[in-house]
Amino acid sequence: MPLFSFVIRRLLQMIPTVIFILIVTFVLVRMLPGDPASAMLGDRARDADVNRINHELGLDRPLIVQFFYFAERIATGDLGNSIGLKVSVLSLIMDRLPVTLMLTALSAVIALALAVPLAFVAAFKREKLADSVIRGTFQVGLSMPVFYVGIILLTVFAAQLKLFPVGGYGTTLPDKLYHLFLPALTLALSFSAVLMRNLRASIINVMNAEYVDFATAKGLKSRVILLRHILRNALISTVTLFGLQIGTLFGGAVITETVFAVPGAGRLLIDSIYGRDYPVLQGLTISLAILVSLTFLLTDIIQAWLDPRIAR
Amino acid sequence: MTASTAQTTMSDGTKGLVVRGLTTTFDTTRGLAIAAADVDFDVAPGEVVGLVGESGSGKSVTLRSIMRLIREPGKVSGRVEWGGRDLVAMPAEELRKVRGGEIAMIFQEPMTALNPVLPIGVQIEENLKAHTGLTGSQRRARALELMNIVGIPAAERRLDEYPHQFSGGMRQRAMIAIALACSPKLLLADEPTTALDVTIQDQILKLLLDLRDRLAMSVVLVTHDLGVVAATCDRMAVMYAGRIVETGTVAEVFARPHHPYTRGLLGSVPRSGHSRTMLQSIDGTPPSLTALPQGCAFHPRCSFATEICRTDRPPLDLIGAGRRVACHHHEEVAAAEPIL
Repeated sequence: MPLFSFVIRRLLQMIPTVIFILIVTFVLVRMLPGDPASAMLGDRARDADVNRINHELGLDRPLIVQFFYFAERIATGDLGNSIGLKVSVLSLIMDRLPVTLMLTALSAVIALALAVPLAFVAAFKREKLADSVIRGTFQVGLSMPVFYVGIILLTVFAAQLKLFPVGGYGTTLPDKLYHLFLPALTLALSFSAVLMRNLRASIINVMNAEYVDFATAKGLKSRVILLRHILRNALISTVTLFGLQIGTLFGGAVITETVFAVPGAGRLLIDSIYGRDYPVLQGLTISLAILVSLTFLLTDIIQAWLDPRIAR
Repeated sequence: MTASTAQTTMSDGTKGLVVRGLTTTFDTTRGLAIAAADVDFDVAPGEVVGLVGESGSGKSVTLRSIMRLIREPGKVSGRVEWGGRDLVAMPAEELRKVRGGEIAMIFQEPMTALNPVLPIGVQIEENLKAHTGLTGSQRRARALELMNIVGIPAAERRLDEYPHQFSGGMRQRAMIAIALACSPKLLLADEPTTALDVTIQDQILKLLLDLRDRLAMSVVLVTHDLGVVAATCDRMAVMYAGRIVETGTVAEVFARPHHPYTRGLLGSVPRSGHSRTMLQSIDGTPPSLTALPQGCAFHPRCSFATEICRTDRPPLDLIGAGRRVACHHHEEVAAAEPIL
């Protein structure tokens, strides 16, 4: 099974990536100006108090010593406790990250649902009215900043039409999806614009391939030609783009969660930066980084499945 | 395919392929390009007809027009009769059943004509699925049989392999297996050996002739290689600037070309057994399809050309049984010193 050994190989390649992420995260977090004690005690804190708290947290020890403590704890699955919230970072992440994951997944689904059919229409009606309308609309969506799109959608669909809640998060799954729909749509609009443009170009390219002529000459049904011969080949490059854009999508989730008051990892991340909550910041960054690498792995697997020439 | 079904194919009364006035144009930014004009030819059951000419002479366009594989902005007119029906005017679903089922096509470069992401077995089986009611296991069995027919060893394993895992010759065999899956009665072959080296080329041509005999199928072979025509075809049609300029049996055309272009083509073939001389070539280049010369399209390159050639286009006249030529001076050309 070439695909199986390919997956194993890619999983092993993830180990150095994760170690690298650990180091970078640790260093970057400590390069932020300020420290947790100053952030907690405010501007008028006395130096003695700041130093005492920093000593309690072990932040006055040499960086390299701190790193090995950090790495040792990570290795046992312990991300430490939040400095500000006094609870374990792991429980915080387990609480908030699924929300962000759901938001990202929902927006990816919406983006694909918009991009794939519209890319087909645009490609087949190339340079005609439908193509121009689709591309023009997406161009507008692409050029607007995420927070701005979010505010417009909020104003129109939540505040005015009252079709969706203004913010927050539900308790049951349908309720959660309902709450997440607008933020997910916000994220999906620019994402689907990127996907649609890429897929349209890719479909046009594949449509002119000789194997599509051969498939036509074989008398296959147009559905088979469309899905098996055109879409599958066209998706190969779009899947790559999809994977690369997932990181951006997580970044966009941070902003969107703020606009829609969604209690996800994005808001936790921003709070932890303001509070110089090193353990939370580290834990979240690492979790997000690993998630992004896992998405890359998944993209690679999908690609290898779509295109057997990759998994050699 | 057994001998008895081959017999019924031969005797079911079809006249084979009848092409009349087939014209294919492309509306380009530089004007209307006439890629094929008034093309007439017949292919009888079991016959191999060669369509010969330089690049851009319209031979591939003619083949694609028969299968209606011409894309926008291309336009096809004329008639392509197959079993009493006109392929040019046929509704899409009916045409789909003819394609791959009764008429199959193979291309020059199997690397680009085979779908790179599908196993060969799938590419054979989808053809069977589109045209027959065979079950999954029957399709698999037929795919195996086809791989054996076209001479691909280790067929069982190779069915699950992808085009990039095949060598050039094996890839062309695989494409033939795919095209012939539903035992078509006509095979349109667009330069099937051009991308192959000479020994493989020979094997593929032998395979095609062998399959023609086994399946009682007709073949239209597009090629620029006169050696291939001599080795495989019964009759030939020479194309120049989108038009057929000469037709006849291969023996007749080779022995006594009536068109100066055919004569030029034959003269440019290197021969053994003669003293070493410079190869002959036809002076000039083929005309642009958007700006064809007045009169006979070949006249600017023709040593026989006179005033009438510059003003009047010669019709494709019948000069003998199944022998046609479009030249004002064909008698003079035929009477000239033998070229081969």
